[in-house]
Amino acid sequence: MSVPLPVFIAVPLVTAFILPAFGRKGKAVATAWANLATVALLVLAALSVGQSGVYEIGKWPIPLGINLVLDGLSSLLLLAISVVSAAAMLFSARYMEQYTAKAKYLSLFLLMVAGMNGVVLSGDLFNLFVFLEIASIASYALVGFGCEHEELEASFKYMVLGSIGSIFVLFAVALVYGNTGSLNMAYASKAIQSSGLNPGLGFALSLFIVGFGLKAALVPFHAWLPDAHPSAPAPISAMLSGVLIKTLGIYALVRVVFNVFGVSVQLGWLLIALALFSMVAGAFLAIGQWDIKRLMAYSSISQIGYVVLGIGVGATLIAKGANMAWASLAILGGLLHLVNHAVYKSLLFLTSGSVQMATGTREMRKMGGLAERMPITRTTCTVASAAIVGIPPFSGFWSKLILVIAAVQAHLYWIAAIIVFVSLCTLIMYLKVQRYVFLGELPEALQETKEHHGSMAVAMVFLACLCVLMGLLVIVPSLRANILDPAVNVLIEGLGYSARVINM
Amino acid sequence: MPYALCFLLFMIGLYCAVVKKNMVKIVIGIMVMEYAVNLFLIMLGYRTGGEAPIIDKTNIDPQTGQIIAGFVNNAVDPLPQALVLTAIVISLGSLALMISICIRTYEKYGTFDITEIRRLKG
Repeated sequence: MSVPLPVFIAVPLVTAFILPAFGRKGKAVATAWANLATVALLVLAALSVGQSGVYEIGKWPIPLGINLVLDGLSSLLLLAISVVSAAAMLFSARYMEQYTAKAKYLSLFLLMVAGMNGVVLSGDLFNLFVFLEIASIASYALVGFGCEHEELEASFKYMVLGSIGSIFVLFAVALVYGNTGSLNMAYASKAIQSSGLNPGLGFALSLFIVGFGLKAALVPFHAWLPDAHPSAPAPISAMLSGVLIKTLGIYALVRVVFNVFGVSVQLGWLLIALALFSMVAGAFLAIGQWDIKRLMAYSSISQIGYVVLGIGVGATLIAKGANMAWASLAILGGLLHLVNHAVYKSLLFLTSGSVQMATGTREMRKMGGLAERMPITRTTCTVASAAIVGIPPFSGFWSKLILVIAAVQAHLYWIAAIIVFVSLCTLIMYLKVQRYVFLGELPEALQETKEHHGSMAVAMVFLACLCVLMGLLVIVPSLRANILDPAVNVLIEGLGYSARVINM
Repeated sequence: MPYALCFLLFMIGLYCAVVKKNMVKIVIGIMVMEYAVNLFLIMLGYRTGGEAPIIDKTNIDPQTGQIIAGFVNNAVDPLPQALVLTAIVISLGSLALMISICIRTYEKYGTFDITEIRRLKG
């Protein structure tokens, strides 16, 4: 059964505008409704796996009209977005009772989901910008949702840097339109292939890299992330770290670089350099943190580095014309790490939210001994930590293993060494979390701490199960052939994208 | 030349957003950047002595029923204007949010100076 593509944008968008109508009394109805929407999206995303198609909005043929494109990479991202948003929405059902204006929160949340789905499905550069802005503006508002000192400060910082990033993207879109006469990715790419990169397009490409780099929080552009992600309510931190920086940053960057402009060796090395800086700097900064969510936010920067590293190594190998098997292995590692990170980092943020709700603090020095008081949170947090560190058989192990193998096969031994070294740093930071939050003496003030069961626990257990099972994506050939391989092929075929979309 | 001036405007906005210490001035800087990009988009579609891209009877060759070549060569590209309209609406939304966050921050901190609004660090 094929799923009509606009549904992925229409369902969250329509629900988002219906929800505020329920008002204060209909809070339970609104919550149920929002959960229904995210679960429906999860089912639809699962149905669309392995499919591909082009949807022309209003039946206008593609160079004239707007189109939505579903291919392997889009459906992988759709699946990640819907899994994380379903879990985060379920978690919010109980967690967001602490805040007022829950209906507005739910509607901003769904707007963000609509924007992200739009970004991954859009086949048109300007539309990509529009959806990017929908998701970003919703996320600026959500970061400042608590309206306290820190939240407002973080939201302003995020908004300034995010808006500059968006304007860079819009400028680049305008340059591409001026130089190729088309906004459609497939046609713009065709024009770039026949004319080659002129200085205007080169400038556009660098603007794209800076703009999407700001959204993805790669290291020279990361200043907003460690403030914004901890300040948001926990389910939103999970969404931001789990999928927002990946869809608005990594996905958009990769789509534009691989499928519209085409890769080159220098570009591949630029990505590798950005990735290595992010990995190392993020890991070092994370170890020194005492705020549990801030530690996780810095660790996100470091993990995003892994994703970009895999894709960058793949890009250099493709551009050099080296063995395609190793290029696709590197990209496979990067994309698998993207999905893995979406699952375990959102789980970590949810557990941190559960801890914060129970203890009322994010300061790790004030915690301790929570293992007995909060067994479910403790278990799920340990599973997620094991996954992010890369202990077999948890999910992170497989993607890091693939990345190391790919780096060795590309004769980049020092990169493989850095991957292992950053894993060790990750181990240190999550041992610190375990040690100070869950083990040790229970402080006097926290004797009466109680864990919240119900929807919060269900959401955490769901993600924890996924953390354990994600390894199957690589091991089971049929799953791999349906979910991961099509996504890798989209990047390997590179500029072949334009011919494929035009003929589809 | 107009493109260079437009780029200059963009750089002025970027400078203002990055260097200024006052939150409202930062917001103004971002908006100047936004307008520079909008101006750039409009200039892409501009054509000296162009005509509106609307086909009426005078533009159709009565003999062949085809659109006359003069119209094709003179008509202005309408797409950048549609893009600018969309971009203006989006920037209006983000401007409203930015200003409201500035106001809330002023209520909390009593200042617009970002060097004094520094509770987050590390």
